[in-house]
Amino acid sequence: MSAPNKSYDPVRAAVLAPAEVERMTAEGLAAIAAAASFDELKAAEVAHRGRQAPLTLASAEIGALPPEAKAEAGRRVGVARNALDDAIATRKTELEADRDQRVLIDEAADVTLPWNRGPAGARHPVPMLADRLADVFIGMGYEIAEGPEVEAEWYNFDALNFPPDHPAREMQDTFFVADPGGSRRSGIVLRTHTSPVQIRAMLTRPLPLYVVSPGKCFRSDALDATHSPVFHQIEGLAVDEGLTMADLRGAISAFVAAMFGEGLRTRLGPDFFPFTEPSADVSMECHVCRGESTKPGAPPCRVCKSQGWIEIAGCGMVNPRVLVACGIDPDRYSGFAFGLGIERSLMIRNGLSDIRDTIEGDVRFSAAFGSEASC
Amino acid sequence: MLVPLSWLLEYAPLPEPVDVGEVARRLTAIGLEIEGVEQVGHDIGAIVVAQVLEISELTEFKKPIRYCRVTTGGTCTPDGERSVICGAANFSVGDKVPLALPGAVLPGGFEIGASKRYGRMSEGMICSPSELGLGDDHTGIMVLPPDAPVGADFVDYAGLRDTVLDVNVTPDKGHALSIRGIARELASAFEVEFTDPADAGLPAWTQAPGPDGAVWQASIADPTACDRFALREVRGIDPATPTPLPMRVRLARADVRGVSLAVDVTNYLMIELGQPLHAFDRATLDGPIVVRRAAAGETLETLDHVVRALDPDDIVITDSSGPIGLAGTMGGLATEVSETSTDLVIEAAHFSAPGVARMSRRHRLFSQASARFERGVDYDLQLRASAKAAAMLAGLGGGTATEGYTLASAPIEPVRIEMAADHPDRVAGVGYGSDTVVSRLREVGCTVQAGPVLTVTPPSWRPDLIDPNDLAEEVIRIEGYEKIGTTTPRAIAGKGRTATQRLRIAIAGALAGAGYVEVLSSPFGSADDFDRLLLEPGDPRRRAISLANPLRDEEPQLRTSLLPGLLRVATRNAGRGFADLALFEVGNVAMTKPDGGPGVAPILPVDRRPTPEETAELDDALPGQPRLVSVVLTGHREPAGWWGPGRPATFRDAIEAARTVLSTARVPYTIRAGRCEPWHPGRCAEFAIRTSGAGESADERLVSVGYAGELHPRVITAFRLAPRACAVELDLSAIERVAAGLPPVQAPAISGYPPATQDVALVVGDAVPAAEVEAALVAGAGAAADGTESLLEDVRLFDVYTGEQVGAGRKSLAYTLRFRASDRTLTDEEVAVARDAAVAAARERTGAVLRGAIAGAGPS
Repeated sequence: MSAPNKSYDPVRAAVLAPAEVERMTAEGLAAIAAAASFDELKAAEVAHRGRQAPLTLASAEIGALPPEAKAEAGRRVGVARNALDDAIATRKTELEADRDQRVLIDEAADVTLPWNRGPAGARHPVPMLADRLADVFIGMGYEIAEGPEVEAEWYNFDALNFPPDHPAREMQDTFFVADPGGSRRSGIVLRTHTSPVQIRAMLTRPLPLYVVSPGKCFRSDALDATHSPVFHQIEGLAVDEGLTMADLRGAISAFVAAMFGEGLRTRLGPDFFPFTEPSADVSMECHVCRGESTKPGAPPCRVCKSQGWIEIAGCGMVNPRVLVACGIDPDRYSGFAFGLGIERSLMIRNGLSDIRDTIEGDVRFSAAFGSEASC
Repeated sequence: MLVPLSWLLEYAPLPEPVDVGEVARRLTAIGLEIEGVEQVGHDIGAIVVAQVLEISELTEFKKPIRYCRVTTGGTCTPDGERSVICGAANFSVGDKVPLALPGAVLPGGFEIGASKRYGRMSEGMICSPSELGLGDDHTGIMVLPPDAPVGADFVDYAGLRDTVLDVNVTPDKGHALSIRGIARELASAFEVEFTDPADAGLPAWTQAPGPDGAVWQASIADPTACDRFALREVRGIDPATPTPLPMRVRLARADVRGVSLAVDVTNYLMIELGQPLHAFDRATLDGPIVVRRAAAGETLETLDHVVRALDPDDIVITDSSGPIGLAGTMGGLATEVSETSTDLVIEAAHFSAPGVARMSRRHRLFSQASARFERGVDYDLQLRASAKAAAMLAGLGGGTATEGYTLASAPIEPVRIEMAADHPDRVAGVGYGSDTVVSRLREVGCTVQAGPVLTVTPPSWRPDLIDPNDLAEEVIRIEGYEKIGTTTPRAIAGKGRTATQRLRIAIAGALAGAGYVEVLSSPFGSADDFDRLLLEPGDPRRRAISLANPLRDEEPQLRTSLLPGLLRVATRNAGRGFADLALFEVGNVAMTKPDGGPGVAPILPVDRRPTPEETAELDDALPGQPRLVSVVLTGHREPAGWWGPGRPATFRDAIEAARTVLSTARVPYTIRAGRCEPWHPGRCAEFAIRTSGAGESADERLVSVGYAGELHPRVITAFRLAPRACAVELDLSAIERVAAGLPPVQAPAISGYPPATQDVALVVGDAVPAAEVEAALVAGAGAAADGTESLLEDVRLFDVYTGEQVGAGRKSLAYTLRFRASDRTLTDEEVAVARDAAVAAARERTGAVLRGAIAGAGPS
């Protein structure tokens, strides 16, 4: 330890000579560079930058220098200190990087091992597709209307212009609810289509009216690959002033574009439904082959059976008699309606080949569709 | 309907060559969907007309066999003669028969060879009608008319080559159940001349009524049953006269069985004209014919040998002996034309369409005639159709048609429709113009008075045309649906899904997200299911709705619970190797109302809007149809894997599934131990929600919305499920009703101040539900806040202990209580006050004692 700077001691001050400082710096840098661990680096730091480090001790002698030499020596020691500190920081970063890399490699695991400890849930494609179809029409401004599955005959048939004893009524293969009181007709059926919801909507909602009604329907068809006593429909109804068949076709085309792809042509053909007049069936250009399969020599198309067109829906202009039964003036308002089978849509869109799969409840069936509506 | 194209072309002659594909396309486009096109007769060859020269009866076999020498007139072998074995005996020497030569191909690709049969060489085969594809008669060979040219190619001679169209006739188009109707459409579609077969070839004598009483007398007693009833007579025909071959061929193509000349002719004309005809054996009639409704107690033995009890609504043809036929449905056996009938009375009538429809369904008799009457027959065709039949039968059968006719009739008011001339334009959105509209309507047979408003009288054969829209459809379909344009949908201000509709999707999504697989199970069930579910006799779920006509006798009812179907789905999946199941279904059930409904829903009028009272009556008659959500769990909730063993699904998982549903709905609920079939009585949780009845102000009621837990072991056995299967069933409709009334979520005030946590162990009796202890803690801390915000932010049960340290019959529940204030850091004193208040409330409500306190105070 040096005494107060009263006199100049050339012996002690020798440690501040440039060569000496340079030597101390070089020794320090070598020790720092040689440090192979955090401990060694710490030791090197203590040895070369600690309180007893040669450079620290030398620095204390600056005061003993003649005033004209102080600045020069101070600068020299400062440079040396910085060099050592930088080297320590650099080495520390290097050692940390080494350590991290080693540890992370040691901790590597097989990330392909399965971890499906929680069971995978799924939604059933029929209600999911019904939601998806409804979404398309909700996007067009329609609202969802609902009605009961066990329904009064009047709603299911009479109000929809199915006259009593008309063959059209018999073609519906209706389940009738037994009258618990005796042998009378109960006047109650399992709805054979979602069309009674049209009547309920027209009786309860203000005009103009744009609704879509998805739901479960029943027909006394024996179960086979293409028939089920339980199935689902979605039906749309618009009642407004000045609606024409071109509006109907526009709504259906928009729907086809949303569900099957842009640019598919649609085609109307005459058909018969008591509640629409005129009535039509709607076909769309096959979304898979786009009609290519009808060309000579082209590979066959499984989806449209090489017809180029797929029938997707029934539709028509609301029969004015139906409007009258709902108290709507047919001279002022006209309407259109369309309906399609959800299961049939699954067949067309998702390749469902056996309708029984939709009601047997096999978990593999639902699981294949996952839980997102883009099924 | 099966239609030979050659028959259509007779009345709608298309230019040659006829492109069958184009015919099918245009008929479909105009509204007659062609479901199939079959080329017939093109695959048949090497069948010739042969004459039988000699018959040797072979008697050494079990059945009589004939060895015949026949000639084909030198076409095949130099002398034209050959020998053939034949098993039929309905022909004689000199008869002309169709002979399939060796190498011939019969319908269906059946090839004929020369072979040794019954010990003789048979050089071909004499054919029966069924072997030639001409009906199902294979009892004898087909004997040809004497003038059949020997050696002629049989296919050419009989006109076997044709195209048969399968036309799907929609129920509105009665007129298209005939060659007449379809040919008219075909002529329209190709814009060629149409010849009405009803007018073609009518002898002049058929037009006049003839002398009074010349023809059997008839009258109509009930004009609501029948408004046209025509009779003609033919006498002296030879009943054995075979039906001409071309007629037989056409009938076979149209899938009508050949019977006898009289029946074949009436069938042929029914197919051609659409007018059902009936022939009576004149000798069996007794007195004038009267068309009336049946009287109570009357019976009739019909052609099918069934004695039928008649209903007072049945329309019957009667003579003095009583009913002799079911109008338009089936004739009576007693007056049937037989193989000895020489004098015939031919009936052509126009019966009530609904009347025939009801009758044919009542008696389960569905005939070609009833199908036509139901859909509507031309009311102006009876005289012409019967005239054609009489003329044809007289001509073919060698008899005489009596001049004149009997016609009983009731007035028919023709339909007259007023329609704005531009109505079709406004329906279709196409500018057809008045001229096109008028000419298209005339083309379908309407009489049209032109003007800004058209007065249109539809033709007698179109009973389906009654409204302006019906006429618009005629114009639109003949002009072509392809003319209809596409309008971009107008934007409508819809409000999107309702809260309830959104919730339903959210709940299904939440369950799927929690690992449950949605399935759909059968909506049908039986009372046996209720026994399997152990339901008590008075259980409301036994109030099932029965179907009058179930598809399967084992499932005569609608489900009242989703569980039986869901449990069967679970069993089915287990049988397919999937034992670890977490299933859910959202679906409706139906139950009679407590007061006994469903009642009888009246059929309201349709010519006006029903009154609110009327629709209320309909809705009251319907059963209750709540929507349920149900869950079934079997096997493992978490599977075993390389990570270790799996975790079996327990009732706690089921309860958690129910909580998932209720918390998705944001509905406040309480949970308590429940007892309800089909659950395990000790492992069943009941969920209840608060509802406020309309108009009951703040009068809130706790309503049970369902149960979750392990199934009763006997239920598990009854449904053959794996042990410990669990289930949930919640009344989603009730949950939806409460959820729909919830106000929007209020954003919470998130406090940035630190929490203070306190652990408390509370000892309670074994039977005390943890839910009650927790509720008491929350309530106690809340009460301590004295009207300001409760400091207790969260309660978490972290340990449940039973054992020596707490004593028998007790359990220790250890909770972490997290306290926090929104505006300050809590002091130790504040926390202690809140904690003590919480514990005090737990003590007060549940008898809970602080575990540390027990040690100090000792058991008490």
